[in-house]
This record gives sequence, C-alpha cells and structure tokens, in this order.
Amino acid sequence: MSVLVNGDTKILCQGFTGAAGLFHSKNSLAYGTRLVGGITPGKGGQTIEGVQVFDTVAEAKKATGATVSMVYVPAAFTADAICEAVDAELDLVVTITEGIPVADMAFVKDFMKGSKTRLIGPNCPGIITPVTDKSGCKIGIMPAYIHKPGRVGIVSRSGTLTYEAVWQVTSNGMGQSTCIGIGGDPIKGLDFIDCLKLFQDDAGTDGIIMIGEIGGTAEEEACEFIRQYVKKPVVGFIAGATAPPGKRMGHAGAIISGGKGTAADKKAAMAKAGVHVCDTPSVLGARMKEVLG
Amino acid sequence: MNIHEYQAKQLLAKFGVPVSKGIACKTVDDVTKAFAQLGEPLQVVKAQIHAGGRGKAGGVKLVRSADEATKVATDLLGKTLVTHQTGPEGRVVKTLYVEAGSDIEREMYLAVVMDRAAQAPVVIAAAEGGMDIEELAAHKPEAIARHRVHPVKGLMPFQARAIAKHLGLSGDQAKGGQKLVTALVKAFMALDCSLAEINPMIVTKQGEVKALDAKMSFDSNALFRHPEVVELRDLNEEDPKEIEAKKFDLNYIALDGNIGCMVNGAGLAMSTMDVIQLKGGKPANFLDVGGGANKEQVTNAFKILLSDKNVKGLLVNIFGGIMKCDTIAEGVIAAAREVHLSLPLVVRLEGTNVELGRKLLEESGLALQTAASLDEAAEKIVKAIA
Repeated sequence: MSVLVNGDTKILCQGFTGAAGLFHSKNSLAYGTRLVGGITPGKGGQTIEGVQVFDTVAEAKKATGATVSMVYVPAAFTADAICEAVDAELDLVVTITEGIPVADMAFVKDFMKGSKTRLIGPNCPGIITPVTDKSGCKIGIMPAYIHKPGRVGIVSRSGTLTYEAVWQVTSNGMGQSTCIGIGGDPIKGLDFIDCLKLFQDDAGTDGIIMIGEIGGTAEEEACEFIRQYVKKPVVGFIAGATAPPGKRMGHAGAIISGGKGTAADKKAAMAKAGVHVCDTPSVLGARMKEVLG
Repeated sequence: MNIHEYQAKQLLAKFGVPVSKGIACKTVDDVTKAFAQLGEPLQVVKAQIHAGGRGKAGGVKLVRSADEATKVATDLLGKTLVTHQTGPEGRVVKTLYVEAGSDIEREMYLAVVMDRAAQAPVVIAAAEGGMDIEELAAHKPEAIARHRVHPVKGLMPFQARAIAKHLGLSGDQAKGGQKLVTALVKAFMALDCSLAEINPMIVTKQGEVKALDAKMSFDSNALFRHPEVVELRDLNEEDPKEIEAKKFDLNYIALDGNIGCMVNGAGLAMSTMDVIQLKGGKPANFLDVGGGANKEQVTNAFKILLSDKNVKGLLVNIFGGIMKCDTIAEGVIAAAREVHLSLPLVVRLEGTNVELGRKLLEESGLALQTAASLDEAAEKIVKAIA
C-alpha cells in the first residue's frame, strides 16, 4: 500500500527532452516506473528512450491514459507548464524545478482553485513509492536504490535530508510506503497536513517521519493537526536550530523573520503534539524502529 | 535582493508613490551642491545602507544650511554605522541621500509582503508608524489591518478605501492614501517584490500624504525578468565570500563560528550546522554545493571556506544521491591537494559506492578523517580543533 502513486501509476514528463528531464526520466524508467509519455512543445511525434513525445499534455493524457505529470520545465516557464497539466485534469503534478518566482506560484495556486489536480512542489525531490527492492514508482530526482518497500511514510521539506531519513529507515531493516518531498518554497502544493492525512488514512503506513525546517508556520499547523487527527506514531526533526534570523538558508522558504519560524518553536509544537522529536537527523531511523517496536 | 532607500524611492515614484525630491551623493562636494540645488530651507541627509535603525544610530541628520550639510556629509561618508540590524561589524556609509525636509503632522505604517499563508501579497497597515511593527503586532494586534491582494487582479478600490480609513485618513488625505497604497501594490507586483515597506508614511502639516522612508526587497528567483532592478544591486552591501560563491552556483552564508562546512542540499546543510553546535562546536558558514557536487564545485567551495580566516577545521557532509561516493571522494582529494589543505578535515560520505569512496579517502595520504554518520563527523571535527 502507498499514497498518491503506486506501481501501476502512469506518468508523463513535461520538459522531457531537456537535459534534466531526460536524465531523470531515464532513471525513472530504469527503476521500472511507468513513464508513458513526454511533453515538449514542437517535438511531438518523436520517440525517445522508447517513450512517445507529445506537443501538449492533453494529447499525451488522451493517448496514454496517464494521470500524473512530473515537471522539469525551466523556472521561467514552469507556471505555464503546471497550469497546462491542471487544465488537462491530471490527478497529480509533481514539480521538481527550483527557482520559480513566488508571484508565479501565487498565480498557479489561484489558477488551481476548483480543480481536481493536486500539486507537489515546486523545488522538491518528488515522490516515490518503492514496490520491490529494485523497482517502483519514482517521480523525481531522489536516488532510487536507497529505498525499500515497507510501512514508514516520510514527508519532508528538504531533499537530501529526506534521503538521510530514507537511508536510515532502510538501514534499520524497515522500508517506506511512500516518501513525499513537499519542497522548500514558501508557496507550494501539498503541505504537511495534506500528507499527514494521506499517511494516517493509508492502511499500508504504520509510522510517519516528518522533517521540517525553519521559516513559516506550516510545522506548527501540522502539529495541531497531528494532535487532533493522527493516531499513528510520528518521528520528527526540524532543520535550522542554529540559523540566524533574517538569513535565507538556501530554500526560499527557510528564513526566520519577525521572530517567527524558529526551530525551537517548531520542536516545542512537535513535542506538545506527541511527536517523537529528534535533536539530530542521525537518529531518525533508530527512533522509528524503537517506536514501532 | 535589497536596494537602498533612494533607489526604492526613485522606483516607487515612477509608479505614482509621492516622495520628497532628493539627490543621491557619493562625495562631500556632491552633498554641498545638492543642498543648493534642492533649495529648501530644511533638508535631511540620510546615510544609505541596507539596514534599518539608521536614525537611532546617527545616520539621519536634519540640516538648515549648505555648511551644515557639508559638515554632516564629512562626518558620515566613510563612517561605519552600527544599527540593530547591521550586526556589531556595522556597514560603511558610501552614499548619502539629501532630501527636502517635511513638516510631519502624523506618521503611519504601510507595507506589502508576499505572504505564504495567504499565498498572495498582503497589505499591512497601521495608523501608528515609525515604530517597530513587530512590537506593535505583539502588543496591539488590532491596530494592524491586513488585506489580501488578489495575485492576478491586484488591489481592489474598496480595499484601498478600507486601508486609508484604517490609517485614520479622511477627505483629500484619504484620496492621497488610496492613491499611495494602490501605487505601492502596483509596484510590488510589477517588480516581483518580496517586501515593499513605507515606514513611516506621513501626513504633512500641509496635508500631503507621502512616503518618508522606503524599503524594497526583491524575489531573487524573478530577477531574470527585471534587468532594471538587477542594475541597482550594491555589492558593497554583500559579503564578498557570498558574492564569490554565487559565481560558482554555491549557496554560501557566512556565520561567526570556526568550523567550515560543505554539504549538499539546504536541509542537510542546516542540519549539519545544528549537529556541530549540538556537539559543542560553532559552524563558520552555511554552504550548499547543490546536487551535482563535482570536483570543480568542491575545489571552489574549499577556496571560499578557507578564505574565512576564522576557520580552524572543515567538515564535508555529502549524501551521494545521483553522484556516486567514489566520484565525490576523488573531487574532495583533488580539491584538498589543489588548495594545499593544512587544516583538520573530516569527511562523511553516504550513498552509492560508499565503501569505495571511503577507501579512496583513507588511502589518499591526506591528513583527513572519515565518519560514518553526521553525529560522528561532528564529534570528530569538534575534537580535532579543540
């Protein structure tokens, strides 16, 4: 079991023929992901890596029956690409591209109102559901081999820190149901609460690892949700305890401003909600193992 | 990206925000001439640095004659101004803005910010200005009005009217307030700002509504479509190491500790800083080398870390995702040799081919230590520089 995507999910890649799109598409294909179509405007009709290329998302959806798209389109054109996928009524759009103007994302979120499409990202590693030790549905840039199918759901704002958590879960003899990198931008698609709800409702997930970072109040809101709704054990970590206020720590959203969004606040909220808070990411896997018994 | 007050005022004026006339000056001579050119009996000389709190730090002076303006300029130009926002090292004043003085009747606060909860720009307004808005928000939240701006349509006239009313403006002054806030939002959206703040916004004794100060920050992701904004960048206001890092696509932020860190990924980089501190050390920086940490990136990163004279040891923490660990190890070894690294170095690698990577590091002949986990790496580097 898993959330959002599984071994049968058919996906498209927007920006398929670009360097990043093609590189990561090959990796997805090598992991057995059912990547059934690529979209690059003006290049429709070609076949690359055995994948048919289309000019538009709507055409690709019609021809292949795909329900999910992953977006590698350059930042200046990403908003347009997401809106195209929303207009084609895909179920899920996973946007890997980083560096998208915040105003563009505000526009996209407004455009999405009333649509059925869900968005993951932007500026995120993507989503992966391992099906076997060597295959699954990989939509994004994460290294596939660190994953193993299992019963821990992972949701994180950061990329490499997600890999760290995945690796520890795998190294401790457990595996993952689904891992979702929600991304480090201030205006984005799915948030912690959406993912926590999916994992709580998923019969294949026994425990949840939640990795947050400084900036904003999404973690605090998620903790209130955990208190009310989540019955499964949650192991948590917050990155940025030593980050000084006013300095943007890499991610567009990772900044302490106006005394809000500190790691201490977020850790306190986690502890209050009954989350097993870790002071270092090195113990995430071990703590989950301990908690699940 | 931030700009100076005089630049913000020049930009905002183009959108219709009323400001006083002023002249930016780089020399004492310019200031003397500017005073004469403006021809007002009362003028203000304002130090231009990218930090608030200039008034309290002595960076804003009223002047009533060219002689007085000259004297103030002589004092301020080249002076290091320390405010509550600059840190103890302060900022050197290289530009002065000479502006016509205003007869202030009342001060207000007005700002537009990109708000993540609203997922849109939000106007923040308070009838009490000139003070710390965060303090006001904490003690008197009802004094602050917030209006979500539609991310496509912009500010609606009814919102402008409500904001002017909240600011306590009526009659012609209300019209002036509506015009100002509408122009401010227009500028904010047209230029991809992350912040546009007028603190204080004033009513003069003559009944004019205008911006007495202005601060603008821009979304760095959107600078590609605003070359006119990029031109306003002042490299004097930025850390030279951070400028150097940007050239190589490295994300570097200087801190005041002594352990230099090189990590891939922002979240892992922050966590590495955190764990160093947890183990009793102090990180000298945040440095994200990005996903594809190749030899050139690693070499440039080493050079930047070593240019910080406070650095006593280095910690490299790479989770090899797409990159294989042996490739990263080769990069670290080559870079360490190229820069003749003599400081203690701890390398923690994880990911594909990790055994091969560690073996390469151990057999390199370099005086480095390897670690299997982030905790172990932090413990080792803290001990090595103790």
